[in-house]
Amino acid sequence: MTPSIWVKMDTWVRHLVPFGVTLLLLLLTAVPTHLPEFSGISPMLPLMGVYYWAIYRPDLLPAWLAFVIGLLYDIVSGTPLGVNALVMLLVQGTAASQRKFFLGKSFAVTWWAFGLLTAGAISLAWILVSMILNRAMDPSPVIFEYLMTLCCFPILTWILARTQMAFLKDV
Amino acid sequence: MKQSNAAGRLATFRLLVQRFAFLSLIVASVALMILGKADIILIERTRALVADALAPVLDAMARPAATVAQVTQNFHELTNLRTENARLREENTRLMHWQTVARRLESENVVLHENLNVIPEPDPAFVTTRVIGDMGSAFGHSMLLGAGSKDGVRKGQAVMSGEVLVGHVAEVGLRSSRMLLITDINARTPILVESTRTRAILSGDNTARPRMTYVAGSPNMAVGDRIVTAASGGAFPPGIPIGVISSINDGVTRVEPFIQRHHLEFVSVVDFGLGGIIPFDRPPPPERRRRGKEKEE
Repeated sequence: MTPSIWVKMDTWVRHLVPFGVTLLLLLLTAVPTHLPEFSGISPMLPLMGVYYWAIYRPDLLPAWLAFVIGLLYDIVSGTPLGVNALVMLLVQGTAASQRKFFLGKSFAVTWWAFGLLTAGAISLAWILVSMILNRAMDPSPVIFEYLMTLCCFPILTWILARTQMAFLKDV
Repeated sequence: MKQSNAAGRLATFRLLVQRFAFLSLIVASVALMILGKADIILIERTRALVADALAPVLDAMARPAATVAQVTQNFHELTNLRTENARLREENTRLMHWQTVARRLESENVVLHENLNVIPEPDPAFVTTRVIGDMGSAFGHSMLLGAGSKDGVRKGQAVMSGEVLVGHVAEVGLRSSRMLLITDINARTPILVESTRTRAILSGDNTARPRMTYVAGSPNMAVGDRIVTAASGGAFPPGIPIGVISSINDGVTRVEPFIQRHHLEFVSVVDFGLGGIIPFDRPPPPERRRRGKEKEE
């Protein structure tokens, strides 16, 4: 039996959820928070989205969509075009290729792996931006941003897992 | 057997295609970095176009955030009402003294202006716009503004909050633009130490306190000296307040800007009629210039 057009559309919309949620996280990073000390640095929320979906639904957020997210991130945050695109692409590729290792593991393992991967990603971004600008940047804001991203990971994962359960349980 | 063989081949083929796509995306991002470094107009236009497309969404998201911030600030203000009141009273008595001084100086200034036939400075044109995107990033300090070229915003114009310099416009789209804060690693602002008239360049380095470089003359400055813009380079009109010197350590002078980034909700983009920090039209490439000269000769 072929599914009716409505069922097809429903599935199609549900399949857009991972990209949509990651895009929302990206736009959320750009909202002026008006909080002191927080306005200079905010966590790399879209990176978490890319990482999460690469592990649990790599079919719905493939490499090229991670690339698109990275490009949009570059444009919104004003970093040189291509830096975050490359970073997101590599994070997606690494996480998706190691996903068998993560499935069924405890949350602590996922967090630890995210820490490692983000350290690599953020250092790569730092090196690339420094190379493009032709001078070494002060690393302290970068380290701060890294720690902030790590701290936000549990909350974000909980929200993303809820989203997955709500929209993508059967499709 | 034959079927499984075919299926296996298909799977290998698919894997190859996937690998190839991944590699070509990596190459594409590296190519974008190189193209971006070469300052290609197309890249700049694309950036502006995408920012324009995202602007309405960002604008809609910025509004509730601003409301929440206002409510929390109100709450904060209510709890600190007493101390704030005491502080304001004290400040008021101090400012009353300054007001008498300023009145005297103003009348003196008017007389001197009349005696010297000073031509008054023209009032600058400006647009006020909402900050729609503040991407806190360790790799750059910039903000998206909700006004673009159709509102009269041009590249290089000064961005101010009240009387204080915030930064300059770096990219312009049709209805959005990107402002580079004075603390950004790419920002260079010609400055003057107000009391000693020492000239320098304020170089941002992605920290909250930019440093002074290329200090001209004897650097006899002290912590707490006010920093204002200098007219050098025709980028900004002289005398716009920027901040105060916060520390002098081993020849590195850092400036604490007056702007508080998290308080910025509306800013004004001011057209002083100067070239701005980025000249509007670049000088022609050397070859063409030479050819032009030959024709003249």
